[in-house]
Amino acid sequence: MTSVAHLIKSFTLWEFVKAHALTLKYFFKPKVTLNYPFEKNPLSPRFRGEHALRRYPNGEERCIACKLCEAVCPAQAITIESEPRDDGSRRTTRYDIDMTKCIYCGFCQEACPVDAVVEGPNFEYATETREELLYDKAKLLANGDKWERAIAANLEADAPYR
Amino acid sequence: MAMKAARKRVKTMPKVTVDGQEIEVPDGATVLQACELAGKEIPRFCYHERLSIAGNCRMCLVEVKPGPPKPQASCALPATDGQEIRTDSEMVKTAREGVMEFLLINHPLDCPICDQGGECDLQDQSVAYGRGGSRYDENKRAVTEKYMGPLIKTVMTRCIHCTRCVRFSEEIAGVDEIGAIGRGEDMQITTYLEQAAEHELSANVIDLCPVGALTSRPYAFEARPWELKKTHSIDVSDAVGANIRLDSRGREVMRALPRNNDDVNEEWLSDKGRYMVDGLGKRRLDRVFIRKGGKLQPADWDSAFKAIAKSRPQGSIAAIAGDLVDCETMFAASTLVKALGSDLLEGRQTGMDYAADNLAAVAFNSTFAGIETADAILIVGSHVRWEAPLVNVRLRKAAKRGAKIFVVGPFWDTTYPAHFIGDDVSVLDNLPDEVADVFEGAERPAIIMGGAALAQGALGAGLAFAAQFKLTRDGWNGFNVLHFSAARMGGLMLGYAQKGGIADIAAAAPKVVLALGADEVDWSQFGGSLKVYIGHHGDKGAHAADIILPAASFAEKDGTYVNTEGRVQFAEKAVFAPGDAREDWTILRALADALKVSVGFDSFAELQSAMIAAVPALGEEGLADYGTLPKADGNATVDGAISAYPIKDFYLTNAIARASEVMQRCSAELLHGGEFAEAAE
Repeated sequence: MTSVAHLIKSFTLWEFVKAHALTLKYFFKPKVTLNYPFEKNPLSPRFRGEHALRRYPNGEERCIACKLCEAVCPAQAITIESEPRDDGSRRTTRYDIDMTKCIYCGFCQEACPVDAVVEGPNFEYATETREELLYDKAKLLANGDKWERAIAANLEADAPYR
Repeated sequence: MAMKAARKRVKTMPKVTVDGQEIEVPDGATVLQACELAGKEIPRFCYHERLSIAGNCRMCLVEVKPGPPKPQASCALPATDGQEIRTDSEMVKTAREGVMEFLLINHPLDCPICDQGGECDLQDQSVAYGRGGSRYDENKRAVTEKYMGPLIKTVMTRCIHCTRCVRFSEEIAGVDEIGAIGRGEDMQITTYLEQAAEHELSANVIDLCPVGALTSRPYAFEARPWELKKTHSIDVSDAVGANIRLDSRGREVMRALPRNNDDVNEEWLSDKGRYMVDGLGKRRLDRVFIRKGGKLQPADWDSAFKAIAKSRPQGSIAAIAGDLVDCETMFAASTLVKALGSDLLEGRQTGMDYAADNLAAVAFNSTFAGIETADAILIVGSHVRWEAPLVNVRLRKAAKRGAKIFVVGPFWDTTYPAHFIGDDVSVLDNLPDEVADVFEGAERPAIIMGGAALAQGALGAGLAFAAQFKLTRDGWNGFNVLHFSAARMGGLMLGYAQKGGIADIAAAAPKVVLALGADEVDWSQFGGSLKVYIGHHGDKGAHAADIILPAASFAEKDGTYVNTEGRVQFAEKAVFAPGDAREDWTILRALADALKVSVGFDSFAELQSAMIAAVPALGEEGLADYGTLPKADGNATVDGAISAYPIKDFYLTNAIARASEVMQRCSAELLHGGEFAEAAE
């Protein structure tokens, strides 16, 4: 009996038909792959991407050189030097993040008392050289300026849960 | 009889119970001290062991029975027999939480920008004893900033009114510089009329302040305490040898803080010792220089050694030690000089030539702790406040205990009652009757000879004075010489003292003079010699030198220092020397090779053991035993007036301090009353 069924299946190329049916099924199904970089996945407001240093709306940098991020960083990727600015306020003269050391744990933004350092939504910052991943203060502030709207929106979206 | 004694003991040693643990405490102890003896931690802000009791922060509340049924301030409550003290009850816990909540009402939450953050008593104690949250929604108090000079930075909004700073300046420093105005919430700590705090110990209030109200201005925002490497060192700004801790980050010394040592500095440090460290990074000699055609040109080690070898120093070489060098450097240099067949060693740069064969005659024999107990003190030619501010604190304590203090020399503000009995040192031979009477009747009489007296040649007369009034008696030696350079006693122990002083060396006209950081020498008298400066700062000595070999400062090498008491102390290396600079002993070792002689050591450990073999007292930390005073020459007389003290400017006494911007600013603002002109950089 089984051999008869087997014979029929062989002569009707049943396996081919079945496979083609499956192919056709997926052909008409909606796609899950994205056409990156033209299409992108949605990101959580808590996504921890590239770092940025933010400013207040009046343009003043937020960072006050308390060095808590430097202290908490488990990879010791952050280096800060500080001194009194001319107006007497406490500011950094150097704020470096070694992105090659960073493990993206997000402790720095958790430690920050003024929401100055944040891990923004940007994850597309691959570079051709290693040196380009040693971020200095200017680069981080520029990141902040560039991503401020997205970062602010993310912080606001996450605020009720913090 | 035995029972009587036992009862008497009970009377003098009260027995108290702390959290169920019964202990005996010394008579006169407070409840707080009793709790500490029992190993309990009592939080406190205003209480400080070395200051009077104020009892105004209320943080040290404990439950005491018998007594009123409420918590009591343990710092101001005497421990009496039979007290039952609880530090762990619910009442104590809520009392502490309440006090902490009140303290935090007006304290700003600005820890992230506060320099005290990480080493703040209020931070630590609010975590340990606070209630964890605030219920306060009203406006906080704000206080206007006060100016307290170039060293102390103020953020008076943070002040919790513990008054430690006020008590320090009144009781320890002895000047009414800091005080409180207003009452209650309006109370403000200020220097009256916003003057700068000018006392040489004023910066100690920064350590005393339990919050961030008084912080260090030069160190403002520089570093956090957790980033700093802590190294135990010895202060070289004067001959007191204060124990310090150097906090460094990377290759830079960020600050110096005092360590506790009851025998030396208690827990204070002079402003110069504290703040001259910023000079360690300025005007440094970081490469070799050789003078060619009257100008110092950069060179390398080999050519410098060759140039020294070329001048044939065999048998004609001298070493002159500066004020800041350690014993190892001096020993290495003396070994080299002796290996070359010479014995010209001198450390007294300004030309003093007192006899140094008996070191007891040139040491501070009473010890600093001992001088507190003296009851009659004659200061001869010493501006103690500038030459050793920490000794002046001891003298002030002695004066408070009733000691009569007399001074020979021009007037200076002693901060305690003292009689100035003229400038003429000849009074040592014939004291005015009222002074002589005091010393006749004194139980622990003392004399302190300063640099001005030694320069005047008054050492013999001082010894005669010591013999006349029996300054040495059972358990007491009242003869004291107060040096003011950190290297002096070590130098004298290692033989850096010629019979005729530096003039003797100049007369010998050596072919090569090794200047070990010697900046105070009049180099014009060594016109014919090749002057090799082994030092760390481009100061007077380097300007006169023919060859400069860059060496390490006190922070950049291990070393032994001996203070004016004869106390041997060891300092550790905190950072590395900049550029080409090497530790001094390695330079001298390499020089020995270049000159083809053997000095017998190849490592620092070998050098140290050789030094200890030569002078065993240098091997043991603590007071060296110099034996008894030499027999005084009864006929020793001296005359002449002391016109001025050797230190002209407290803040600029050594090469490091002169290079320090902070010290220059202090000198300009505090001593010369002018504004410090910002250096254009």
